[in-house]
Amino acid sequence: MALIEIEKLVKRYGFVPALRGIDLAVERGECVTLIGANGSGKSTLIRLLCGLSKPTSGTIRIGGWMIPGEAEAVRAQIGLIAHKPLLYEGLTGRENLVFFARLYGAKPDRVDAMLERVGLSKRADDPARAYSRGMMQRLSLARALLHEPDVLLFDEPYTGLDADSSATLDSIILETRAEGRTLIMALHDFERAARLSSRIVLLARGKVAHDSAEQGAAVDAAALAALYAAAGGSSGRINP
Amino acid sequence: MEAARGAHPLSAEMPASQARTGTIALTVLTILTIFGVIFGLYMGLVRAGTDIDQGSVQRIFYIHMPSFFGAMLAFGAAVVGGIMYLRTRQHKWDTLSLAGVEIGIALALVNLVTGAIWARPIWNTWWNWDPRLTADAIMVLTYAAYLMLRSGIDNPDTRRRFAAVYGIIAFTSVLMVLIIPRIIPTTIHPVVIGPVFTSSELAQGGFELQATAGVGAALGINFIVWMFLIPITLLWHRIRLQNLADRVEAMKTEALSS
Amino acid sequence: MTAAFLRAMIAVARKDFRAEARSRELLSLMGLFSLLSILIFSFALELNRTARLEVVGGVLWVTILFASILGLNRGMALEREGGGMDALLIAPIPRGAIFAGKLIGNFAFAFTVGVLLTPIMSALYTVPALQPSVIGALALGTLGIATVGTVLAALIGATRARDSLLPILMLPVALPVLIAASRASGGLLTGAANADAGAWLLGLALMDAIYLLVCGALFGFVVEEG
Repeated sequence: MALIEIEKLVKRYGFVPALRGIDLAVERGECVTLIGANGSGKSTLIRLLCGLSKPTSGTIRIGGWMIPGEAEAVRAQIGLIAHKPLLYEGLTGRENLVFFARLYGAKPDRVDAMLERVGLSKRADDPARAYSRGMMQRLSLARALLHEPDVLLFDEPYTGLDADSSATLDSIILETRAEGRTLIMALHDFERAARLSSRIVLLARGKVAHDSAEQGAAVDAAALAALYAAAGGSSGRINP
Repeated sequence: MEAARGAHPLSAEMPASQARTGTIALTVLTILTIFGVIFGLYMGLVRAGTDIDQGSVQRIFYIHMPSFFGAMLAFGAAVVGGIMYLRTRQHKWDTLSLAGVEIGIALALVNLVTGAIWARPIWNTWWNWDPRLTADAIMVLTYAAYLMLRSGIDNPDTRRRFAAVYGIIAFTSVLMVLIIPRIIPTTIHPVVIGPVFTSSELAQGGFELQATAGVGAALGINFIVWMFLIPITLLWHRIRLQNLADRVEAMKTEALSS
Repeated sequence: MTAAFLRAMIAVARKDFRAEARSRELLSLMGLFSLLSILIFSFALELNRTARLEVVGGVLWVTILFASILGLNRGMALEREGGGMDALLIAPIPRGAIFAGKLIGNFAFAFTVGVLLTPIMSALYTVPALQPSVIGALALGTLGIATVGTVLAALIGATRARDSLLPILMLPVALPVLIAASRASGGLLTGAANADAGAWLLGLALMDAIYLLVCGALFGFVVEEG
């Protein structure tokens, strides 16, 4: 059984459909990139996977636990990195991680290890408000990895990052892949998607328009761009 | 609970025969209500005896008090709609909630205005800051806030969910109107029905239900009309209107996205 | 309540206290507002001694209520600023623990302001305010305000109107608490024999219990996204 199984997933906001029936199975250790125009349903899918939003119909199964119904157990296996840092700017970096370690029941000594890993040990006792965008995103990574989640979700994590921070994020993504975690990312950047991931899923108008695993084709940026154009880009009007 | 949520209004379309039966029933109820209002007015204005102290001014009570209880019924319907919406996520319950609030506000305004008209000759002022009047006004404002909350949220699902939550909490303002004159001793508003826990010696303008001939009958008829017939008829009309509006909206969305 | 629930609740509350200890933003905002409010009331009402004694409970509670609304608005803004609310929602903790944790924080800030305010009012208006029963009324009253406020502030966070709507939604709903609390502390403050004070406190406790149940049940529906 695959680690993540999505079946007939539908999400509507009012009358407006955001996802129109997604079926997708992701094996342990895969790194799946979701690409698609704005409004194609990438972010909605990520929000559903981490339990921030509830499906209109259909199910998600992660590690044997079901959404809806066992959302709390599902959330325990997931780490999320979004374009917002999901941190408290009024606390220091260390205080943030200590707080989230408590919420996730992670061991307190993980905090220092994680600060070390994302290169924030020296600035750990500065308020997060004083951090640069890149430092925030690294702290956000540390938060997402604190509880050793099986699944990491990335929702446009490169938004607003400079070249250095992007490189750090790249290397951490590759490291977590090497550790055997399962990654699902929503990205805009074809070149990066091709470089980092093992599988590309193209979403268009709330459906899977192309799945590189099914087609068995090699993933490269030029092919992606062609597929993206073929899928017709924007469906407009959908407002997640 | 999860499976039943979010029924699409187009899929919930009623069969034509059933819809026609509904329309006929609604027409009958509407006619009944209109006659009820006329009959209630006749009973209150003509048949019931004139109050010894207050004269004909007292007759406004036949509408004043029943309209408050009609508002209470409508706001109560909003609470039921809110609870059921949160449990089932079916749009019809939210529609009931919205209709309940709007009709409740209308009846509460009838209650307030008739009260002011009555107070002018009896208390010699349109308005005073009597606790019950104030609580009544605050109740209307609470539900005005409910409507404002609805208009402040774009996402329709969020709007329904938050409206349900606030509609439930807002009912405390209705309870306040019932409770306040019974616990605050300084009110001059007469308590006509139900137990009184503190002295209402200050109350001015109360009357004995049995004192004058025909008063009980007139009050009874008007209670049936204003507490049940009017709110239920209006609720039905408002819900029907909302369903039609939702269908137009759904068809518009369908047409635009295909 | 399970141990996990309590752990999460305490963690959320501690997080709020930690942030407040660092910035002192909420308490200084609410405290300063309260002082200004008391001064404005005393000028606007041109209070002589008798009038003061009669309205002092009302002034105290209107001030606390408005200060709470101010604090709740700011607190929710802080929570949303970096996406903190989303971070709480994706953590494997029950929604009820988030509500309880936020409630502890909101209550503690409102109660602190009330407790600081009472001796000041006592001095400014020359009324005997520092009595255990006044503190009791403060505790129960601010608990009621914080309970309603925690749910409504969370609700406001997702609307277009944002901050401006919170007072409108909250004032009417907090009114029963306001009345009961000012009745309970008003009589106590004047020192007049107020046989009803005990009954008002009991009523206040009952109201708190109802609000806790209703708001606790509704909070999950507010924060979950449809």
